[in-house]
Amino acid sequence: MTAELAARPAAPGLPADPVATLRHRRRRRLALVVATLAVLLVAMATLALTLGEASLAPGRALAALFGAGSDADVFVVHRLRLPRIETAVLAGASFGLAGALFQTTLRNPLASPDILGIASGASLGAVTAMLVLGLTGLAVSGAAFAGALVVALLIWLFAWRQGLHSIRFVLVGVGFAYLCSSLLAWLLASVEIRAAQSALVWTVGSVADVRGADLVTFAVAALVLGAGVALASRWQGPLALGDDNARALGVPVDAARVTSLLLAVGLVGVATSFVGPLAFVALVAPAIARRLLDDGGAALVVSVLTGALLVLAADVVGQHLLFGVEAPTGIVTGLIGAPYLLWLLATDRRKALA
Amino acid sequence: MTDVHRPAPAPARPAATREAAPDVTLRAHGVSLGYDGRRVIDGLDLELPAGSVTAIVGPNACGKSTLLRGLARLHPLDGGSVTLGGEDVGALSRKELAKRVGVLPQSSIAPDGVRVAELVARGRYPHQGWFGRHSSTDDGAVLRALEATGVADLADRPVAELSGGQRQRVWIAMVLAQETDIVLLDEPTTYLDLAHQVDLLDLLTELNRTHGTTVVMVLHELNLAARYADHLVVMSAGQVVAEGRPGDVLTAASVHAAFGLRARVVPDPVSGTPLVVPLGRTHDGATT
Repeated sequence: MTAELAARPAAPGLPADPVATLRHRRRRRLALVVATLAVLLVAMATLALTLGEASLAPGRALAALFGAGSDADVFVVHRLRLPRIETAVLAGASFGLAGALFQTTLRNPLASPDILGIASGASLGAVTAMLVLGLTGLAVSGAAFAGALVVALLIWLFAWRQGLHSIRFVLVGVGFAYLCSSLLAWLLASVEIRAAQSALVWTVGSVADVRGADLVTFAVAALVLGAGVALASRWQGPLALGDDNARALGVPVDAARVTSLLLAVGLVGVATSFVGPLAFVALVAPAIARRLLDDGGAALVVSVLTGALLVLAADVVGQHLLFGVEAPTGIVTGLIGAPYLLWLLATDRRKALA
Repeated sequence: MTDVHRPAPAPARPAATREAAPDVTLRAHGVSLGYDGRRVIDGLDLELPAGSVTAIVGPNACGKSTLLRGLARLHPLDGGSVTLGGEDVGALSRKELAKRVGVLPQSSIAPDGVRVAELVARGRYPHQGWFGRHSSTDDGAVLRALEATGVADLADRPVAELSGGQRQRVWIAMVLAQETDIVLLDEPTTYLDLAHQVDLLDLLTELNRTHGTTVVMVLHELNLAARYADHLVVMSAGQVVAEGRPGDVLTAASVHAAFGLRARVVPDPVSGTPLVVPLGRTHDGATT
């Protein structure tokens, strides 16, 4: 013990400015991780362009992407496959970023819109709009967004007690998740089977049917919220140290938390309103991102990329690699995410609910 | 720099001889604090001298931690005001306050996977602008904080892997990286064994002596408080029952008044500061 306490003469093994050296090493790691994920994402997107009923060689697919090649090729690439890839990337990025925000802001690796019931709130909103109110199109998306906001607000009201306490927020959220799922199941069971079938996409999630103006709306909304997150990102470091430390460092904790959660809810609401819930992406993508960086930070940027890659890969797998059955994206992400959650619970006992 | 077995510095120190650049005298004026409408402290006045090491002691639930949190603006005041060098603390922005007052709250938990240098660097937050990246000025402050607390060689280690004593040093380094002239610490020695408690208090004393940092801490251990504090504040039931130099303040009478404990107070054979020897029911001191 004395050896541990005794001061060592100015850290012999370290260079002149170890702090700057370490900082640069972290920055290089971030650059490496971002570059690797970007390359994988491009590769996966290229693969997604080539696969399908009309199989295109990568060269033909890329040529068609830039306008060359036959009209049929251009049609397949630009009308059928590219929007789907773009939707998958946007949705994955939004869920990944939202999950990272939830998890650092609430200091809980299990805090994600799936677990908190915000995603089921969105589903409930959309399904209610379709089956009860008879709405279609963008109105359903709007209802999904409203559902996410309403559930977030309710969790908020129930969890607020002289400030926002993370563990209360998570527990209240879990309660709402069950409530929303039950209402959803009841709603689906009480309508005729065809209507229920058409509403199913809102309970599972799929990136198949967003194109044109909807895609542009999705992109703009996600970018605006992403810019907001960039502005709020400076708070995340101190917030992750707990309320008292963050306050002591000069962060307006309540405002910072409200803003961060609003942005996260906004991202989930927007993404869910276009593609449905996509189970587990918001939970898993940030966890992978944090592991890749391994620096105890929020890993916001990397979560965007892991989320995008995860959803794109899940969609490719769901479309082409599941023994001839085309599975909605959300089912595949669930198949990946659920075992991961179990593994997280099994190995992360120390901090799982702290 | 810090040897556990070295005798503590003798308590001869006219703290006033050192000039702290900005006045960091912290004063409570009629401060009231409470939880959910339950008053813990009612109209308390207190002055914490600049340039000194002040220890606040008292029985459990006497409000000493609440007072510290109120002084640091971690807990809202129900009444009264706190001034720092005559300036109303409540009128400062949080960030401005964080540039002047460093606070280590009780039992902080580091985020998963965070490394020592990374955690300490978060202490630079109040000095960075909205888009401010970590600069070489920040690196310098972080390095100085790591060296002052003797954890520079742990810079790349995950905080979670460190021992309790090392971890507490790292948290103190984070507060030091804020580069404030006054630091408030809420029971910094909790969960540490005696050797590490002594080590940590030596460290804080050195910071005070070499850098002129004003140190205010809530402590549980009376005898260590008496040994290390220049200024001792004894609290009970939300009131200050005695304050001043430990030798003047810590008497059998004040210990009984604050803690309801019968004790004999003798000179500490090492430092000459008061040493509280409790009597209790089974040892009434009759045999000595």
